[in-house]
Amino acid sequence: MILGRVVGTVVATRKDERLTGCKLLLVRTIDPQGKDEAGYSVAVDTVDAGPNERVLVVTGSSARMASGLKDCPVDAAIVGVVDSVDITG
Amino acid sequence: MNLARVIGSVVASRKDEALSGISLLIVQPLRPDRSPNGKPLVALDSVGAGPGEEVFYVRGREAAFPFLPQEPPADACIVGIVDSWYVEAS
Repeated sequence: MILGRVVGTVVATRKDERLTGCKLLLVRTIDPQGKDEAGYSVAVDTVDAGPNERVLVVTGSSARMASGLKDCPVDAAIVGVVDSVDITG
Repeated sequence: MNLARVIGSVVASRKDEALSGISLLIVQPLRPDRSPNGKPLVALDSVGAGPGEEVFYVRGREAAFPFLPQEPPADACIVGIVDSWYVEAS
């Protein structure tokens, strides 16, 4: 999984019908220190994340295992809101 | 599977239900000479790894398999703690 920061929302009227009701957020990839990294992705939100929150994003086919996304055509899902990151090594 | 070192942990109270009770660790992928190989990522822990330990992790859907029959949404999971490795001189 990667860490990200919610930077926006995506609205799409015409989309795959299995995406109906999915909340799409624009996520900027960040490093464990919280610094922005290159790269954005559109991820389905399953935990009701809000703007500017740090989130946990699962990518690839595993994204379909997030709650409510079975058989959905998605490759990125927000599965957690980060409280804190602890760097020890 | 890839070699990595555990460099930190992530706490998230609001998360997918299937992730509850599973610890989330930050791992830095390593080359066999222990230099960093790419960017750190967040992995589930199925073996009780701790900070500073060298581990190997699996990527992709298989990351959920250690927790079967539960299927947590995960694309990386630590599946072993490395005691040592040895590289043949070429």
